[in-house]
Amino acid sequence: MSETTVKSEEVDENGQPLLFLSVPHIKIRNFGQLSRFLLIAKDTKLKEAQACVEANRDPVAKILGLDYNTMKEDTSTVNILEEVTKGEDSENEIKMKIARLLSQLDLHLLNHSLKHISLEISLNPTSVKNDIEMLKNFSGKGEQTVLESISYTSDYEFSNGCRAPPWRQIHGEICYVLVKPHDVETLCITCSAEGVFLNGGKTDNEGEINYERKGEIYKDLVTFLKEKSAKFSENMSKQEKRFSNKKEKKEPTNEPPEKEEAAPVQKAITGSGKRTLEKNQINFGKSQMTKRLEPSLSWKATVRFKEYRSLLRDPQEEKHRRRPERSGPSVKLGRAQLVRKSTEKIEEIVSESSSESEEDEEPLDRQEANADLPSEYWQIQKLVKYLKGGNQTATVIALCSMKDFNLAQETCQLAIRDVGGLEVLINLLDTDEVKCKIGSLKILKEISHNPQIRRNIVDLGGLPVMVNTLDSPHKSLKCLAAETIANVAKFRRARQAVRRYGGITKLVALLDCGKSSAEPAQSSLYDARDVEVARCGALALWSCSKSYTNKEAIRKAGGIPLLARLLKTSHENMLIPVVGTLQECASEENYRAAIKAERIIENLVKNLNSENEQLQEHCAMAIYQCAEDKETRDLVRLHGGLKRLASLLDNTDNKERLAAVTGAIWKCSISKENVTKFREYKAIETLVGLLTDQPEEVLVNVVGALGECCQDYENRVLVRKCGGIPPLVNLLVGVNQALLVNVTKAVGACAVEPESMMIIDRLDGVRLLWSLLKNPHPEVKASAAWALCPCIQNTKDAGEMVRSFVGGLELVVNLLKSDNKEVLASVCAAITNIAKDQENLAVITDRGVVPLLSKLANTNNDKLRRHLAEAISHCCMWGRNRVAFGEYKAVAPLVHYLKSDDPNVHRATAQALYQLSEDADNCVTIHENGAVKLLLDMVGSTDQDLQEAAAGCISNIRRLALATEKARYI
Amino acid sequence: MVKKSEVECLIRLFHSLVERANVRLNNLGLDRNAFRAILHSVFGMTDDMLMNRVFFVFDKDHDNCINVKEWVKGLSVFLRGTFEEKLKFCFEVYYLNGDGYISREEIFDMLKNSLHQQSSEEENDEGIKELVDITLKKMDYDNDGKISFADFEKAVREERLLLEVFGPCLPEAKNCIDFEALAFRHILNPSF
Repeated sequence: MSETTVKSEEVDENGQPLLFLSVPHIKIRNFGQLSRFLLIAKDTKLKEAQACVEANRDPVAKILGLDYNTMKEDTSTVNILEEVTKGEDSENEIKMKIARLLSQLDLHLLNHSLKHISLEISLNPTSVKNDIEMLKNFSGKGEQTVLESISYTSDYEFSNGCRAPPWRQIHGEICYVLVKPHDVETLCITCSAEGVFLNGGKTDNEGEINYERKGEIYKDLVTFLKEKSAKFSENMSKQEKRFSNKKEKKEPTNEPPEKEEAAPVQKAITGSGKRTLEKNQINFGKSQMTKRLEPSLSWKATVRFKEYRSLLRDPQEEKHRRRPERSGPSVKLGRAQLVRKSTEKIEEIVSESSSESEEDEEPLDRQEANADLPSEYWQIQKLVKYLKGGNQTATVIALCSMKDFNLAQETCQLAIRDVGGLEVLINLLDTDEVKCKIGSLKILKEISHNPQIRRNIVDLGGLPVMVNTLDSPHKSLKCLAAETIANVAKFRRARQAVRRYGGITKLVALLDCGKSSAEPAQSSLYDARDVEVARCGALALWSCSKSYTNKEAIRKAGGIPLLARLLKTSHENMLIPVVGTLQECASEENYRAAIKAERIIENLVKNLNSENEQLQEHCAMAIYQCAEDKETRDLVRLHGGLKRLASLLDNTDNKERLAAVTGAIWKCSISKENVTKFREYKAIETLVGLLTDQPEEVLVNVVGALGECCQDYENRVLVRKCGGIPPLVNLLVGVNQALLVNVTKAVGACAVEPESMMIIDRLDGVRLLWSLLKNPHPEVKASAAWALCPCIQNTKDAGEMVRSFVGGLELVVNLLKSDNKEVLASVCAAITNIAKDQENLAVITDRGVVPLLSKLANTNNDKLRRHLAEAISHCCMWGRNRVAFGEYKAVAPLVHYLKSDDPNVHRATAQALYQLSEDADNCVTIHENGAVKLLLDMVGSTDQDLQEAAAGCISNIRRLALATEKARYI
Repeated sequence: MVKKSEVECLIRLFHSLVERANVRLNNLGLDRNAFRAILHSVFGMTDDMLMNRVFFVFDKDHDNCINVKEWVKGLSVFLRGTFEEKLKFCFEVYYLNGDGYISREEIFDMLKNSLHQQSSEEENDEGIKELVDITLKKMDYDNDGKISFADFEKAVREERLLLEVFGPCLPEAKNCIDFEALAFRHILNPSF
């Protein structure tokens, strides 16, 4: 230590002394040195040093561990850097400047000394506590006190000094205070790291606090109360004077400022340097702050909070960081160097406050609020400001910058919306600025993945503009618009809107990538390729094609041939939306016809061979939709699609694809030839294996396919041998309607096989089927009834079995009251089988089967006619049922069945008439209704049963006629 | 890039423009004002400062006058420039002082009119400064506080919209087509 220069013995890693004092230069490189320096300053009364220290209330405050300051990082840094870059790095100049400014500073400081009040204080638990304690001291009854009362809402204080519950601490909230000023109502206030604000107050029940912010954020409690209560303000100012006096005495002696700390008597230095020193303190303080405000319980901090913290800087890292600091007015330069050396992003660098603290009020608020919401929110808000107030250049910059945010994250998506960004983005689409439009759409495209945002976009009228954008000569604009529409049109109202604004036609036009005109030279820089345009168009159509009217619109706009053409390309990216659209649309009959006509099946089969699972899935789905049609099923077979489908069954991990593949197999197996192929490819065995541990969507299709396959004798045997019957019977207890329909059908198909039937019976499958007659869905009822028929046919002692179901026969008879034709037909078929047992026939006769069947006789439905006629003919076998049918007028309508085109109906009817004609009155009725001629024709049929029945009937009529004649003669 | 016949057209056009612009002066090129007038009327540019900068980039030999060679070269970038050429052109427009970097001050200068007038000038400046920060944050990959060509190229390759980040300095596609239709009409429609 010499007379003019002081060096510390401690040095940093670069060999630089940690403290270097050479009047008027002071360099301090760490806190230890700083505190020692303060002592020296006190002892020696070295004016400059003292001034320096006093000027830096933060170091003081810091050492005392009481307070810290926030700073407005972004804005002012620019300031400094600006100035720095102007002044060229010249050591001499700086030194001169330092000298000059420091002397100015001295004067300045002496004059203003400690009067200045900093407005840049952020709060921490300690300061809040102090604040409140202080206010408590000054509150009570009487005119002179500042408040009537002030109290915490919670008595429990966490170890970090916070009183807010941990989940609120995450948001930076410290505690909640109830304040009763003299002149206003009781206020419920939240004290949080970014300031003090009025919350929603205590809710009535359970004393919960409504944490919602209700008012502006104030920098501290005192400012807040000053604003809210005039009385407080008045009394407070009196108190404040006393504080500042006290403070003045205390400060130089480095005593903790205690209560004063809380009062807003922090000193700010106007227009001066020394802030470099401050800066480290601030950073340090801030990092410590974040640490302190972590919930004291070991609860997991939310990601949001973590992000926020990391943005503020990692505290650990911060502590170890040593920065060259330079005190004095050279700050500006020093700061700039720092900025350059710093690896931090610019905006994270602490900035200097500008000279007048009042001016900082507004930006300060913004900064403070920063802690509440994720930092992205504020950054996005700033960008939206540029979108609103900037010209094209500024807008493009803001858009590009916005795109750098993680737009897949909901925080960002909602932030854009909440700060009014959506309106601006949509408005930009209405301008002529291509680049702005592109930028805007790029953002809209990303954020429209969010369902909420989609709705907002539609509500804000985004779709008509986007649809109009599809007309743009710029391909990339078209692409982006189409892609965004694809995202937005995920719900009905949006799809409707797209159609109403003529979007479908335009989107279909995008598919036609061949005919587009020559590219403008310039735009090619920003532009995409034709294929891309078509792909995006297909993507949008895919979304739109989820609604029926749009499917029609696409077809009318001539979309199918274009889709068919695109299907011939080999880009997977393109094929997926194209096949997806086709798959959606194939639910319509018109489309299936068109798909057949455009030879699309061939390409679908080809694409099944692709390696892309999604593509396979959509192709299989499309085949599933189309294969209702026999010709299509044949086409699939002819193009070799069945083998591929069978082989795709082996991979069961991707359930969606598996569902699509099994669906395609199900529909294809409606054709017998296909079933044979599937058996060849060992698909049946695989399908049986898929009967367990699969999601319902898969099961429905697997069971459906097995149901079709089991129409073949060989397959029935195969299914039984593979152990397929137990899982099938187990599925009878499900609740999924589609599944039950298919399961009953499959079980019914199996039941045709006596050996299989034994297994079904053993597993109590018939009882399960029977109970499904009670299912609310008519389809299930019908399917169960159909399945019961072979069961009854193929069980030994079927009559006994049927009787064993309590109330079962009554149930069946009552189903004849249904108004569903399919149910009626199936129940008639079941009755036919039940009636084969005399005892059961007696029971159902007692239950009134005859009038019920008779009532059904007037129908045009051939399926019902056939089974009804069969049921009637079987029911005639008991008692005076024949007569009863005549009495219930079932006979005449039956005669008319003979005019049907269906030979099955003819046979059944002839058999029924034959049975009925055993009764003389019925014979008369039959004859009167002109059946004889029709029956005579049927005697000539090749169907033996029909022949026999018709002849039998005629012979009965004839015999009656002869008997009548004979009787006349006698 | 540009066909021979088109070059001829451009040369012809140049001479007629020079003639029109310099009736009094015995000059063999387009001076700044004349060139700016062309940029404005033909290519729809409006920003004076940027037009000046475009002029300086066109004017390779720095004689404050665009000669026929410079004219054809410049226009070939305008009309048929590849991405790389345009990239280079834009960068040259933006860095004016010749140190090979776009500095913070230059960005500020170029952006200073990019906000619609706010309540006060200070506020406006503040806004621009933040905007400068945003651009630097986005484009200054090596964190040296200025944008080098490498920075610029990387940023633009990532996001093409950034090509004319500091203001339009290339003509819009539509204007190019119009210009070509006019300048090359003899080639396009030989019958006339």
